[in-house]
Amino acid sequence: MPLVPAINDLEQLKNHPAVARLLGWNADAVTGAKFDRDEMTIYVDQGCIREACLTLKEDPGCPFNFLSDITCVDWYPGEPRFEVIYHLLSIPQKERVRLKVRLNSDNPVVESLTPVWPGANYFEREIFDLFGVRFAGHPYLRRILMPEDWEGHPLRKDYPVEGYR
Amino acid sequence: MAHLNPTPVLEPGQDRTMILNMGPQHPSTHGVLRVLLEIDGETVVRMMPDIGFLHTGIEKTCEAKFYQQVVPLTDRIDYLCPMTNNLCYVLAVEKLLGLEIPPKAQWLRVLLNELTRINSHLVWLGTHAMDIGALTVFLYCFREREEVLNLFEMVSGQRMMTSYFRVGGIALEPPLGFFDRVRNFAGYFPSKIDEYENLLTGNPIWTMRTKGVARMTAEDAIALGASGPTLRGSGVDFDLRRDIPYSSYEKFQFKVPVSQEGDVFARYMCRVQELRESTVIVRQALDGMPEGPIKADAPGIVLPDREKMKTQMEALIYHFKIITEGFAVPPGEVYQAVESPRGEMGYYVVSDGTAKPYRVHMRAACLANLQTLPKMCEGRLLADVVAAIGSIDIVLGEIDR
Repeated sequence: MPLVPAINDLEQLKNHPAVARLLGWNADAVTGAKFDRDEMTIYVDQGCIREACLTLKEDPGCPFNFLSDITCVDWYPGEPRFEVIYHLLSIPQKERVRLKVRLNSDNPVVESLTPVWPGANYFEREIFDLFGVRFAGHPYLRRILMPEDWEGHPLRKDYPVEGYR
Repeated sequence: MAHLNPTPVLEPGQDRTMILNMGPQHPSTHGVLRVLLEIDGETVVRMMPDIGFLHTGIEKTCEAKFYQQVVPLTDRIDYLCPMTNNLCYVLAVEKLLGLEIPPKAQWLRVLLNELTRINSHLVWLGTHAMDIGALTVFLYCFREREEVLNLFEMVSGQRMMTSYFRVGGIALEPPLGFFDRVRNFAGYFPSKIDEYENLLTGNPIWTMRTKGVARMTAEDAIALGASGPTLRGSGVDFDLRRDIPYSSYEKFQFKVPVSQEGDVFARYMCRVQELRESTVIVRQALDGMPEGPIKADAPGIVLPDREKMKTQMEALIYHFKIITEGFAVPPGEVYQAVESPRGEMGYYVVSDGTAKPYRVHMRAACLANLQTLPKMCEGRLLADVVAAIGSIDIVLGEIDR
């Protein structure tokens, strides 16, 4: 499949079920959208991610009931530095959607999704461990892969690949 | 080194309970899983898995490699299903590049992926049965697994870390006689599955240890992010191969086994049926194997044939450039998920337009499946913890990465 240019215009994408659902719920919470390589990305405001996920989860037409994955990308030295990325899957409709939250480096905090999906627990702990992004309302936000007394967050771009010597 | 001298993260809640440390060196934790258990007599009150002992920073390493150099790293994540990891990664990069893969390469990938599933399920069945006390099954399973590993050695030269798939196709044509040997294996393997089932399915000791043990409802399974046979054992009919097909899986006819009970036995039945279905897919792949090239027509991305390099200047230049500089991938991001033997294996690859991936993230099915363990075990007997760990088929290499 040859590449087609990405669509970045929210106006053109407002008919996609997930975008329409979020716009109908709270148009201010959606800060942008992108359709690239058959994948839908919706940018959500930092403070609204938990309600946005709950809205998509309880959508009667296309319920995004399964949280596939949460991960993070560090765009150091750019700002906003962190992007937290949520991959949702609708098991009944076999659809995927990606939600993104952008966070500044001075205080990277985002709401935890554990009240919506308990399965978010380990994913969020992993991001906290490897990126230093904190999740407000997480029941047990501690390092999961690295040792407890490890210094730094290894997947940040300003952390050397060989580690600190 | 906090892990070497662990302070218990669980404190006894009541006077009558105690904390029991299980692992990381414990034969039934399938690697280096450490589990903290608060027990009241023989009943598990609370449970907390502790992971990270195998963390090798593969995601960080990937950011320092060219795209094609990442393929061997993906084998090492889930060492029981190397081909599935290879496939997921190359599919993600091919989607980023917009590459068209020839049908023969796609069918070969399907064939090898199903052999990988058989390989992985055989290890699961053997070790799971051994945990519960049925030692013989282990020997039977490894007898057949040996032949699968020999088949892998035939195509890739390696028994476990195959690295056989490449961005844009597969590395080499399978050698002469490979398909006959696979056909022979697919011919006799169903009778071997009958052997395993004769030993286990109707065995009263086996059913007493597995039926009604470590139950999980469909709602819990979805909420905790479980996938694969762990999800289907709880009655959710969802399989990525059928529902969101990739690599031409839509051209194969197979059934997706689902069990409703949500206990250890249900997950066992799902996986044993999957062994049969994988054999069916292998046969279909052999019968319908298309002719044609095994690599995409993309000179700057796919390494040229060795023979061409001896006669054509262009091929030599491309070879040199790919090896020394890699190939640039247009900026963008892709999430590609495949159905690994354990569930949804997903690769999230971000490109910034250079020859090295900006970020590679692996969605490990086991990491999510492991979260279901406390739900299954709390309130149950200590001995059932071993059965529950075996039934979610964890591979710690994938959890810790």
